[in-house]
Amino acid sequence: MLFLLAAGLTLVFGIMDMINLAHGSLYMIGAYLMASFVQATGSFWVALPLALAATALVGAALEVALLRKLYERDHLTQVLATFAIILIANEAVRIAWGPQPIMLNAPAGLTGPVQLPGGMQYASYRLAIIGVGVLVALVLYVLVTKTKVGMLVRAGASNREMAVAMGVNIRRLFTAVFALGAVLCALAGAMLGPILAVQVGMGENILILAFVVIVIGGIGSIRGAFVGALLVGLVDTMGRALLPIAFAKMFSPQVASNLGPALSSIMIYVLMAAVLFFRPQGLFPARG
Amino acid sequence: MKLKSAALVVAALAFNAQAANELKIGFLSTLSGPAGAIGVEIRDGFNLALKMAGGKLGGLPTEVIFADDTLNPEMGKQLAERLLKRDRVNLMTGVVFSNVMLAVWPTIQASKTFYIGPNATPTRITGEACSPYFMSASWPNEGYHEAAGHYAKSKGYKNAYLIAPNYPAGQDATAGFKRGFGGTIASEVYTKLNQLDYSAELAQIRAAKPAALYAFLPGGMGINFFKQFVAAGLSAEVPLVVPGFVSDQDIVRAVGDPMLGIFDTAHWAYDLDNDANRKFVAGFEKEFNRIPTVFAEQGYTTALLIDAAVRAVKGKIEDESAFRKAVLAAPGRFKSPRGDWKFAHNGTPIQDYYLRVVARDNKGRLVNKKIGTVVSGHTDFWAKDCKMK
Repeated sequence: MLFLLAAGLTLVFGIMDMINLAHGSLYMIGAYLMASFVQATGSFWVALPLALAATALVGAALEVALLRKLYERDHLTQVLATFAIILIANEAVRIAWGPQPIMLNAPAGLTGPVQLPGGMQYASYRLAIIGVGVLVALVLYVLVTKTKVGMLVRAGASNREMAVAMGVNIRRLFTAVFALGAVLCALAGAMLGPILAVQVGMGENILILAFVVIVIGGIGSIRGAFVGALLVGLVDTMGRALLPIAFAKMFSPQVASNLGPALSSIMIYVLMAAVLFFRPQGLFPARG
Repeated sequence: MKLKSAALVVAALAFNAQAANELKIGFLSTLSGPAGAIGVEIRDGFNLALKMAGGKLGGLPTEVIFADDTLNPEMGKQLAERLLKRDRVNLMTGVVFSNVMLAVWPTIQASKTFYIGPNATPTRITGEACSPYFMSASWPNEGYHEAAGHYAKSKGYKNAYLIAPNYPAGQDATAGFKRGFGGTIASEVYTKLNQLDYSAELAQIRAAKPAALYAFLPGGMGINFFKQFVAAGLSAEVPLVVPGFVSDQDIVRAVGDPMLGIFDTAHWAYDLDNDANRKFVAGFEKEFNRIPTVFAEQGYTTALLIDAAVRAVKGKIEDESAFRKAVLAAPGRFKSPRGDWKFAHNGTPIQDYYLRVVARDNKGRLVNKKIGTVVSGHTDFWAKDCKMK
């Protein structure tokens, strides 16, 4: 899921050379729209495309109305402006949906466990999320490497001036890319809703991780985002699952459970620092 | 200069003393975020009692000033300062979480304002460091968990696996359960407060194969934990024991049928057989269109307690020792939905704890039915360390 978010962010950051802190807000808005559509339609699968389309509209509107004016500015201005969007979006959501988190339920049929080969039981919904993640990765891969749109996107990413000179309508392309990023956000928000809670401020925590992922993976690279998300996810979960067990042998349970998560989140940044040290451009840089 | 500031203090005190023809209550609570439903339940219960009393507690026109700490201790401290210094409230109440309680407590205590709590009752305030300004109408932090431990012991579980958030009440919870249970603890796991994804913890539980699992995860944490516990297929493998609020109405509403048949312990149940309870449950359902939780009962009882105590001193809460005596005696002056209870000298309730089970009522709704009494007349373990009289 982190991959979905990071893929959208890396597209926007890499291709449009634009730091979008409001990416997390789109994720939140996607999740809230999903929750509302589920309540309105009563079906997870009907609500999902509606939420994706609606968030794409919000994203496109945001791009046309505001962000377009920021491309020429430096990164500091972009950070300030998009940070303002975070604050505005949080308050707007609080006004529209209230301060209480909304609980989404997993679609019927995916609430129970499945038997994996080898006798392991695993939550079927989590399996579905992994499936969606892989599917999106494949679709994006085909889209970016095999189609004309993808070619334009890659051209925009590696050399924008040249792409413009070749007659590419960069404005329309940017709006489309931004809307695509918003769709990926909404998908992440909608799929994660039943596992986490749909609440104000849910975007900020995950945004930082998404930035770590794209820095590790290489800015503007979908493949980098995929590998980076896997790496960050692995380090985080392994750290949370295994470190407390290791520490439990040395310290009291309270201390062990304090140290474990703390160290596993440090590990993520250690990983990022190591990647930056040995490959400052990330694992799979998009620009030459 | 010194004289001048002393004069100011005297003037301020005099001002406070005159303000007693109305009652201003500062209600600092957690009303937003994943655990915000708890604060809302307490607030609604409190407001219900206030409304039934015609907007007057103890015969005084009552103004309640609400503040949302968002489960952030620093924010709680700032809001407490604001309520005490700017709004000059006469009483404080409302705190849900023990970490917020411990953060705001020095401020409240230093201002010599009475705090009559509807929930958080951390052992760090009720033991050696007990204070005449602290009174709780809920239960001592370890009470629920001690009762649950007794229940687990009576079921003869070989060992138990404990999971709780890593904050003062989480540590109180495991301590209480261990005291009641007395058996082997397979492992204890502490999660981040407000953590919502439990995949790593569930994998550990599966690997440990405990005889029973005790989960202290209130509010949204409980909702998510239950859903993921069921989704991972663990509900068929590991018997679950929980404190009353982890399988209460707010969580049952969100999780639904998978919770049928779960046992918990609580100081109150919606079907307790007494008039005060019937009045409370009917009133609450009419007003808010949902079944109340233990938290709502706590908020309701807190308001009734303040009402009885303020009435007993005829509104003179500035006479501190008289008011304290009145609060400690107040449980005998009104009927609480939970039945009879009284105060221990450290300001915590002495009361019964019941065993409840999630079942369907005659309208087909999922409710927590009382099926027995686990502990009678339970007193806070730490009252022994409180030297106050």
